[in-house]
Amino acid sequence: MKLIVNGDAHDLAASDLAQALEVLDYGDAVVATALNGAFVPARARAATALNDGDRIEIVAPRQGG
Amino acid sequence: MLNFYGVELGSRLLLGTAQYPSPAVLADAARASGTDILTVSLRRESGRLREGQDFWGLIADLDVKVLPNTAGCHSVKEAVTTAEMAREVFGTSWIKLEVIGDADTLQPDVFGLVEAARILCADGFEVFPYTTEDLVVAERLLEAGCRVLMPWGAPIGTGLGLNNIYGLRSLRAHFPETPLVVDAGIGKPSHAAAAMELGYDAVLLNTAVAKAGDPVAMASAFARAIEAGRAAYLADPIEPRDMAAPSTPVFGRASLA
Repeated sequence: MKLIVNGDAHDLAASDLAQALEVLDYGDAVVATALNGAFVPARARAATALNDGDRIEIVAPRQGG
Repeated sequence: MLNFYGVELGSRLLLGTAQYPSPAVLADAARASGTDILTVSLRRESGRLREGQDFWGLIADLDVKVLPNTAGCHSVKEAVTTAEMAREVFGTSWIKLEVIGDADTLQPDVFGLVEAARILCADGFEVFPYTTEDLVVAERLLEAGCRVLMPWGAPIGTGLGLNNIYGLRSLRAHFPETPLVVDAGIGKPSHAAAAMELGYDAVLLNTAVAKAGDPVAMASAFARAIEAGRAAYLADPIEPRDMAAPSTPVFGRASLA
């Protein structure tokens, strides 16, 4: 599956968003996800199928003003 | 006591967490400031590096409330999606809503801000909008469901202080019951004290502490300035006047000419 993850091209063996996070080694990290610009809650990741060319954003807490 | 969305807070200083020389200095400055609220953001996380996890651990140890922001968002859609992600990650419905309209001044796109505020308030968020001192925009934000307003003092990171005292005073007078926070542009403790003397409820700042030569000492200085400004406001300052008025009694002066 050819995906864009946080702006970088990846070829991942993942058919849904939960699998993609697993393959990318996020483990139990505290993150939030969006698919093609729309928020995907953690509980919905396993039921969110991926397609070639999908854009995934994975974010975590960071310094801010 | 300061109250945001039903939450009572002891400190009137909201502190940003960016640009400190080190995580340890950030933690020390946060403690020295006495703040009850730290602002945070969301940024891309690498599964391999996991930089955000250490930061989140540091913030959690400080045991204060967090106010996530939508910094860097230039559209309603970006801001709303960021807010949704922040609510899940930080476990709070509080959101510091920023919809930026101009890259040079980082001033709010007030039209997008009102639209995003309406969407988020309807979805149960408790919105802290980063806005200008414009009265009509403030009215629209309140109509959208905002219960706190955060007008800028000056553009973010400039340290220019309160650029439009008249506008800020006018906003305070028009919305006496709404918690008002000066957010952005503060450079020195005197700026923060001036905001509090205008009757503002709190001050939000980041760069002025983080980029100071001694951030921990500056955090403490801001805490005291904000307390002094608040106390001065409550003590009802005198009205300024153009002509001098002797403070020492004239009656009883010795005739020595």
